[in-house]
Amino acid sequence: MIEVMGLHKYFGELEVLKGIDADIEQGEVVCVIGPSGSGKSTFLRCLNLLETPTKGTITIGGLTITENQKQIDKFRQKMGMVFQQFNLFPNMTVLRNLTLAPTKVLGRTFAEAEEKALALLERVGLKEKANEYPSRLSGGQKQRVAIARALAMDPEIMLFDEPTSALDPEMVGEVLDVMKELAKEGMTMVVVTHEMGFAREVGNRILYMDEGIIYEQGTPQEIFGNPQGERTRIFLSKVL
Amino acid sequence: MFLSALQLLTLEDTLFGDISDKIYSSFIKEDRYVRLVEGLSVTARLTLYALLIGIVLGLLSGVLRIRRVPILTSIANTYVTIIRGTPTTIQLTIIYFVILADVGLPLVWVASIAFGINSGAYVSEIIRGGIMGVDKGQMEAARSLGLSYSGAMRYVIIPQSVKNILPALGNELITLLKETSIAGYISLVDLTLAAKSISAITYEYFTPLLVVAYIYLIITMMMSKGLALYERRLRTSD
Repeated sequence: MIEVMGLHKYFGELEVLKGIDADIEQGEVVCVIGPSGSGKSTFLRCLNLLETPTKGTITIGGLTITENQKQIDKFRQKMGMVFQQFNLFPNMTVLRNLTLAPTKVLGRTFAEAEEKALALLERVGLKEKANEYPSRLSGGQKQRVAIARALAMDPEIMLFDEPTSALDPEMVGEVLDVMKELAKEGMTMVVVTHEMGFAREVGNRILYMDEGIIYEQGTPQEIFGNPQGERTRIFLSKVL
Repeated sequence: MFLSALQLLTLEDTLFGDISDKIYSSFIKEDRYVRLVEGLSVTARLTLYALLIGIVLGLLSGVLRIRRVPILTSIANTYVTIIRGTPTTIQLTIIYFVILADVGLPLVWVASIAFGINSGAYVSEIIRGGIMGVDKGQMEAARSLGLSYSGAMRYVIIPQSVKNILPALGNELITLLKETSIAGYISLVDLTLAAKSISAITYEYFTPLLVVAYIYLIITMMMSKGLALYERRLRTSD
C-alpha cells in the first residue's frame, strides 16, 4: 500500500534520513522504534509530506505522491495523523474538531458529519465530552479525541507520531487501548513509539531505525526475541 | 517682599485671573468652539478611514510576508521597510505634494490614504506576529486532515490569531489617532490645526492647545479602557 524508495531528507547540512526503503502492506501495523534523533518522526512525517523529502519516492496506492505534490490534499484525506502534542483546535468544541474537515473538505452536511462524529466519540469513550473545549480535557482524553478526529475523515492509513509520549503514565493505557481496537479492525497503521509493550503485542512488523536508516526489521518475535544487529541489541537492552 | 508679592500677583493674574476671559475669547466668542467640533470630526473620520485602509494593506502584506509569493512578497517587504524607516511627516507631504498632487482628491482623503499606507506597515507586523504566534502544530494538524493551505488559514489559523491581533490593533488605533495631529502639514484642518487657527486670532496659544490635548487624552483613555475590558474577556474565555 505504501512503498518508500531511497528516501533522503536533509535539514540544511544535516542528513536526517540516509536512504530509507520500506513497504507497508494493507492492514499491516508497522511500529517504528529507535533512539531519539534516529529519524523515525521525520520518516513518518515524510509519508504525508509534512516534511518534503530531499530525494527518493513515496508511492501510496499506486500513485507517487512525491511527484504529485499538487494533489497532496487528496492523499492526506486518506491518511490520518495523530501527533505527540495532540494539536486539537483549541478554539473549537470537541464536536467541531471532528466535523470541520469532513464538512469543509469532503462536503458532508453538518448533520452527517455530526452523526459520524458522535459515533466515533462513543467509540473512544468520550461522547459526553462532545460540547467541551479541548482545554477542559485531560491529556489522554485529548489524544483519544485527536484519534477520533483523524478517523472522521475515513482514512485508509493512520500515522501515529509518538502518540503517548506527552501523556502522564496513567493515561497511556487508555490511548493504547483505542489504538489496539483500531488495529484489530484491520486499519493500516504506522506507529512511531517508545511503548515497546505495544509494539510487541500489536505490531505485525517492527522497523528499528538508527542514524537515519532502517537498521533492522522483522516480526516482533525476531526483533525483541532475537535481535541480529549489535545496535538493536544495545538499544533494546536499554529500554526493556 | 513687596515687590515679589506684586510679581506673584501679576503671574497669578496672567495664569488664572483672566481664565474665564481666555475661555470666552478662545471658544465662546463668535462660536469659535465650532472649529474644534469640526476639527474633531475631521480627526475622527481621518483616523477611521486610515485604520480601514491600514487593515486592508496590513492584512495583504502581512499574509504575503508569511506565505512567500515571488515578487509580491518582496513588494510587501519593501513597503514595510520604507514606511517604518521614514518619518510620517515626510510620507504625508510626499503623498500630498508629489504622488497625489494632480489627482484632486479631497484633503481628508489624501490624508487618509497617507496615514492608511503608514499604518498598514505597522498592521502588517501585527498580523504577521499574530499568525506566527499560533502554534505550528495547528497548521500541521489542519493540513494532515486534508485542508488546503488557505482552508487551514481561514478555519484554523486566522480565528486563533485574532486573539493575538486585536489587542495590538487597538494600540495601533490609539497611536494612529495621535499621529493624525500632523495632518496640518498639508493644511487639513483637523483637531490640532483647529486649535492653532483659534490661536491665530486670539494670539493666545495655551488655552486652545490645552483643551485639545485634553480631548485627545479623553479619547485615548476611553480606547485603552475598552481595550483592557476586551482583553480581560479574552483571558477569561481561555
